Amino acid sequence: MREPALPQLAARHLSKAFNGVRAVDAVSFSIPDGAFLALLGPSGCGKTTLLRMIAGLEKPDGGELLFDDVAVAGPRGVLPPEARRLGMVFQSYALWPNMTVRGNIEFGLKVQKLAPDERRRRIEEVLEVVGLSGYAARRPHELSGGQRQRVALARSLALRPGLILLDEPLANLDAHLREAMLAEFRRLHSVSGATFIFVTHDQEEAMAVATHVAVMHRGRLEQVGTPEDLYRRPQSEVVARFIGRGRTLPVEVLASADGLCTLDLAGAVLKVAGHAPAGPGWLCFHASDLSPAPQRGPLAGQLAGQLAGEVVNQIFQNGVYASELAPLGIDVETISLALPERLAPGTRVEVQLSGGWVIPRRSSATPTLAGGTPATARSPA
Amino acid sequence: MAAETAGPRIRRAPATAPGPRKETLGGERLLLGLVLAYVLFTTFWPLAELFSAALRPGEDGRTLGLMRDVLASRATGRALWGSLVTSGLAVALSTVLGVGLAFAVSLIRLRSPAALVFLILTPLLIPSQTMALAWIELAGSGSPILGALGLAPAPGSANPLYSTGGIALVMGIEHMPLVFIATRAALRTVPADLIEAARVIGVPRHRIAASVVLPLVAPSILAGALLAFTAAIGNFGVPALLGIPGRVSVLTTLIYQRLNGFGPSAAGQVAVLALIMTVLAAAALALRSLALRRLAVPLPAGRPFEPSRSSPVGEIVLWLVVLVIAVMPLAALVMTALLPAIGVRFGLDTASLAQFAAVLANAAVRRAFANSLLLSAGCALVAVVVAVPFAYLAVRRPGWLVRALDVGVEAPWVVPGTVVALGMILAFLPPLPLIGVSLYGTLAILLIAYLARFLPLVLRPVTAAAQTADPALDEAARIVGAGLARRLACVFLPGVLPAAVAGAMLVVMTALNELTLSALLWSSGHETIGVMVFALQYEGNSTAAAAVAVLSTGLVFALCAAANAGARWLPERILPWRQ
Ligand SMILES: Nc1ncnc2c1ncn2[C@@H]1O[C@H](COP(=O)(O)OP(=O)(O)O)[C@@H](O)[C@H]1O
Ligand SMILES: [Mg+2]
Repeated sequence: MREPALPQLAARHLSKAFNGVRAVDAVSFSIPDGAFLALLGPSGCGKTTLLRMIAGLEKPDGGELLFDDVAVAGPRGVLPPEARRLGMVFQSYALWPNMTVRGNIEFGLKVQKLAPDERRRRIEEVLEVVGLSGYAARRPHELSGGQRQRVALARSLALRPGLILLDEPLANLDAHLREAMLAEFRRLHSVSGATFIFVTHDQEEAMAVATHVAVMHRGRLEQVGTPEDLYRRPQSEVVARFIGRGRTLPVEVLASADGLCTLDLAGAVLKVAGHAPAGPGWLCFHASDLSPAPQRGPLAGQLAGQLAGEVVNQIFQNGVYASELAPLGIDVETISLALPERLAPGTRVEVQLSGGWVIPRRSSATPTLAGGTPATARSPA
Repeated sequence: MAAETAGPRIRRAPATAPGPRKETLGGERLLLGLVLAYVLFTTFWPLAELFSAALRPGEDGRTLGLMRDVLASRATGRALWGSLVTSGLAVALSTVLGVGLAFAVSLIRLRSPAALVFLILTPLLIPSQTMALAWIELAGSGSPILGALGLAPAPGSANPLYSTGGIALVMGIEHMPLVFIATRAALRTVPADLIEAARVIGVPRHRIAASVVLPLVAPSILAGALLAFTAAIGNFGVPALLGIPGRVSVLTTLIYQRLNGFGPSAAGQVAVLALIMTVLAAAALALRSLALRRLAVPLPAGRPFEPSRSSPVGEIVLWLVVLVIAVMPLAALVMTALLPAIGVRFGLDTASLAQFAAVLANAAVRRAFANSLLLSAGCALVAVVVAVPFAYLAVRRPGWLVRALDVGVEAPWVVPGTVVALGMILAFLPPLPLIGVSLYGTLAILLIAYLARFLPLVLRPVTAAAQTADPALDEAARIVGAGLARRLACVFLPGVLPAAVAGAMLVVMTALNELTLSALLWSSGHETIGVMVFALQYEGNSTAAAAVAVLSTGLVFALCAAANAGARWLPERILPWRQ
């Protein structure tokens, strides 16, 4: 408890290209023992490839992978998956159709030369854990999707690996089962004490299940942190935009002290949390951080909104008007917030920001981003 | 980007990280080496010998002299012409029959489609020499069936099938199933929507078949026809039994006659003829893949068309056609086999089992049955043992070498059997290096030839089955620590077993009555059933030949029946006539 958590799994500049295209690009991380890590990113960003390299099913082109400080892949060779002693749940479950549920679980135990008594004990134990005690004699095709999922988990758990990899395990299940299985995963994680790495493209899923979330984008690992970290304190513009459908606005950071940045947003000066040094920055926020500024009452005027915009479009949704505003003075696409009333297009609305997070903006990062034109953002202080 | 995390620490099972170890691909390398050695020995070496023989300089030392001499000879020209004409006519007949039957079976609602399809496919199960024999008995002056109808040719007149037309007729019927299968498979991919859409706008039925369905399946028909052409070019049994007495020369029989006349030392000279056949077959197959790739239109997936309308007249016509092409010749063959001696008229009073008793008492015939059973079972077994790891490598570890081998092993199946047999003679007539023993004149050369030719019959379905299997099954086994041998036996094999069993059955049925290879490779004491039938007929003992042919065909049908009876213990979808 006092000593720092032993990094059980670490990667250093792990890379893999297919036909010249970098599927995984210089990824480095270290995951503490017993974590539940969700590997999150849009489809095609390299999650499966990274997971398969951890499993040993894919050979990295460069970089190193360490299990408990021992290199399992690196310049000195690659340890095959047979020798890595981890567990993996495939997206297709990969249950061997010619074997019963018992056979599927027992196969690995036999391969590891466990005695018959021990095998029987383990099978009973894991079937109990996943709630399939009466199903040992069934064949995979006689099970429902959720049950197959549990068998695949039981098969991995039976070998008691320190690390279990799950590749989009819920992608083939319906929404209701998905909820139930997420809770199940959390429970099995705490029961087994193993490190779980859970690949998903669904951030709700990742947030619901993981202690840590790693966000991948185009083969690169953008950030690893707790769900709250990613939401409140994104480290890159990609993460800020991806998590919770966040918005980013280009700003000029005037000063930075004690975790608070003073910044210039289209002429208005305000203080927002963040560690960005003076210079170009991104203001990151979510729709829930915005609210219309009070137009009457004691606070009107004093707390005039930090931002103004014109109504572009409104949709009545869940009892409020989900509104798109074109911010005035900043050349970006629209921002959205909920308004209590219908307003004519073009109406000016004062918006108040409560929260948000500032990160530095590198000029090299801007060309790929829509709306972020540094020239307009760099207005005189 | 390095990201450090600190989270709640949870107790877990002790770490089991192993020490560093190099990647272990040793097992796969060994497997690849074994497969490579096998393919080199059974396939590449004999074919290479053949090509180098054909390209040898002539007696006067000119480059490619041998080839020039052979190409310039009149006999070559006649045989080439004979091959092209008989094959061309045969393909025309196969196509008309195959397409017609496929459309009829697919469009008419039949009372017993399985039985009909089985009968349509029987020409595939019946070996060429038996087929030829059956038609000789059906069409000859002594025909028990035409005689009874008063339609038999006058006694003493030559059999009308001993002619170019006769060869084309029998080959055309024999290869009809190739077109039938291709067309029927294509018809099944035509979605019912397309037909219903035409029906809704009022297109009459026959117009739908001709202008909606036919254009969609035309590339497959062409592909099937080109396959039938390759088969006809390589056919030996039919031209041997009909063409040699009828003095119609084709390439396969010319090679056989040359080798018979001058002994195996003439193999080098006839290699040029084999090369011509290979070129013809390769050209047809190249055209076939072109037809399938370029002409085929991608069809939307959809519910296949199910025939809903019954047509009593159509059904009767269908059964009559099947009666003529499948039942009558076999009936004539059986009746001939039941005759006590040549020239006796068939009747209930004359029919007897004397011929069967006589041939079964004959030591050579019994030896032939034993040899063929041994060869076909051995070949099927070895083919499965080779095909399973081969398919594993081809599907799970594809590299350039595996891919080259995968294509290369098809060669002995797609080139005419006569070509393979010649390659075997050229490779194995000289004593083997190191051992100093010649395989020529032993059963071993037959086994090697069968293995080379029939491996694709097992390998193709096994590879196809492996390709549809989820690669994660193998990966999941690796994750739990299973080594290559264990994964092959416990994970890969169960997945491909149905395909392997089906392929093995196909090998047994095909090899049991094999003639083309055996005719060139047999030796005294190492006869096969096909050789026995051919030899008996050649000697003029047609009733005995018929009896042996009936017995061997009966054996194949018995195997089919046994498989059918055991169908519920067999994996699903392995018998071609049960869908
Ligand atoms: N075996 C492969 N061969 C070629 N390209 C691949 C292969 N596997 C993955 N890729 C490519 O690598 C990229 C990342 O794929 P993947 O890791 O499967 O993404 P994700 O799991 O995040 O959806 C994709 O562009 C994909 O097309
Ligand atoms: Mg994936």
